[in-house]
Amino acid sequence: MRQNEAPREPSGPGPIIEFDRVDKSFGDLMVLDELSFRVDPGERVTLIGPSGSGKTTILRLLMTLEKVTPKADPERDGGVVWLEGKPYSHMEKKGVLVPANEKWLRRRRSRVGMVFQQFNLFPNMRVLRNVTEAQVHVAGRSKEEAEAKARELLELVGLAEKTDEYPSRLSGGQQQRVAIARALAMDPDILLLDEVTSALDPELVADVLAVLRDVAESTSITMLCVTHEMGFARDVSDRVMMFDSGRIVEQGPPDAMFSEPQEARTQDFLRAVLAE
Amino acid sequence: MDLQAVIESLPRYGEPLLVTIGVTVASAALALVLAFALGLMTGSRHLAVRTPARVFVEFFRGSSVVVQLFWFAFAMPVVLGIQFDYLIAAGIIALGLNYGAYSSEVVRGAIAAVPQGQLEASTALNLTPLQRMRLVVLPQAWPEMIPSLCAFAIMLLKASALVSVIGILDITWLAGLIGKQPGQDRLLHYGVVLVIYFVLAWLIWTGMRALERKAKRGIGIDAKSVKGRLAPTVATGGVH
Repeated sequence: MRQNEAPREPSGPGPIIEFDRVDKSFGDLMVLDELSFRVDPGERVTLIGPSGSGKTTILRLLMTLEKVTPKADPERDGGVVWLEGKPYSHMEKKGVLVPANEKWLRRRRSRVGMVFQQFNLFPNMRVLRNVTEAQVHVAGRSKEEAEAKARELLELVGLAEKTDEYPSRLSGGQQQRVAIARALAMDPDILLLDEVTSALDPELVADVLAVLRDVAESTSITMLCVTHEMGFARDVSDRVMMFDSGRIVEQGPPDAMFSEPQEARTQDFLRAVLAE
Repeated sequence: MDLQAVIESLPRYGEPLLVTIGVTVASAALALVLAFALGLMTGSRHLAVRTPARVFVEFFRGSSVVVQLFWFAFAMPVVLGIQFDYLIAAGIIALGLNYGAYSSEVVRGAIAAVPQGQLEASTALNLTPLQRMRLVVLPQAWPEMIPSLCAFAIMLLKASALVSVIGILDITWLAGLIGKQPGQDRLLHYGVVLVIYFVLAWLIWTGMRALERKAKRGIGIDAKSVKGRLAPTVATGGVH
């Protein structure tokens, strides 16, 4: 059994995300080391910490862009990511947990959406099609339904008049707002935000953060956010987690974390970030 | 007067010209289909798909076109009992396979050059590998392939002259034949052929340029105003 817990009710209330003693290494480099944490449905969590501390890797594991480093006996040793009470990095096969195959991942990852540091809009599609394409081909919506939803979301991110532009004609901030609309169009339960303002010119950051504040206020979507925007983290998140070397240094509500961090590493990190 | 004799014999170039054009167009079509098939296969992450394609590509790149022409025209009927009704089919197949093998590397390279971030965004939207290839990767890779494919098409045009070795009368062979006749200047006839090849190559090049401009507009780039690759404002990459 995992960590002396009672078996989970399949549909009962519980964490939407659970990392259970997850290891992740790239070759010899240990990025996550026996990492365990839970996120409740609707919770907004900000991950902070120095670069290389494993924050982005956590998001990439949740988006299945990376795979956890498998452990020999997941039932005993963990190393499993759970989503909505069911294994996610793994799947059950003949009663035991084995690393998930592509079919399993395809079924499960539709609950998760991600916005990238580099936007990654499809340059061969105009703005509207960037937002409708997966709705039509993956979610199976009609073209009309997908376009209506796309227009509504592009309105939300303030780009209703840019639907017919190619991404290359937009500023970075506009591209990122389209990317947010594109992710939301798939109705994810969990939205992963990976340093979404880091590639933007300073004057464009505010618009993107305003959109995300809007999303946070108007939806109950679970958000995991890697960012260096401490003001945004303080306003939006329910919990801040400080990482270093693939481990959680400390965590707590943003007010407590920012005003009286307990750990020296957190204090140093915040001092360095806020001095920027 | 030599020039007069050349001009009078120009109509004789009609049919061989059709042969040169026909061989070039048909083998280019075969080569294009093969280039995509082999390019996708050699870029596959599955060894069982990659290996046979790689062997095929290296075999055709590593052996002489002339020998392949002879093989398809004369050896295959004996060895495998397959005989073409028209020798020209053997010429088209040999050239098509050869240039298909060469240009598959262009396809593979252009596909591999699509930024990793595009693949990650496709995964995040849960596109299947096939949808990712069709909707995201190929539309972005295609404009990048066109200039190199154009170069191969022009090389293929020039290589079509080799079909004369299996007895197909194209413009190059005809120039040699007419040039040997009394009252004809061989050098002038080769000059005529030179001009014909140049005009045909120019047509291919012009067509490909138009295709490239169209393809680039399809990814939001005006090829007339932006020279070269993706505009720097498009952030499509991203390594974390």
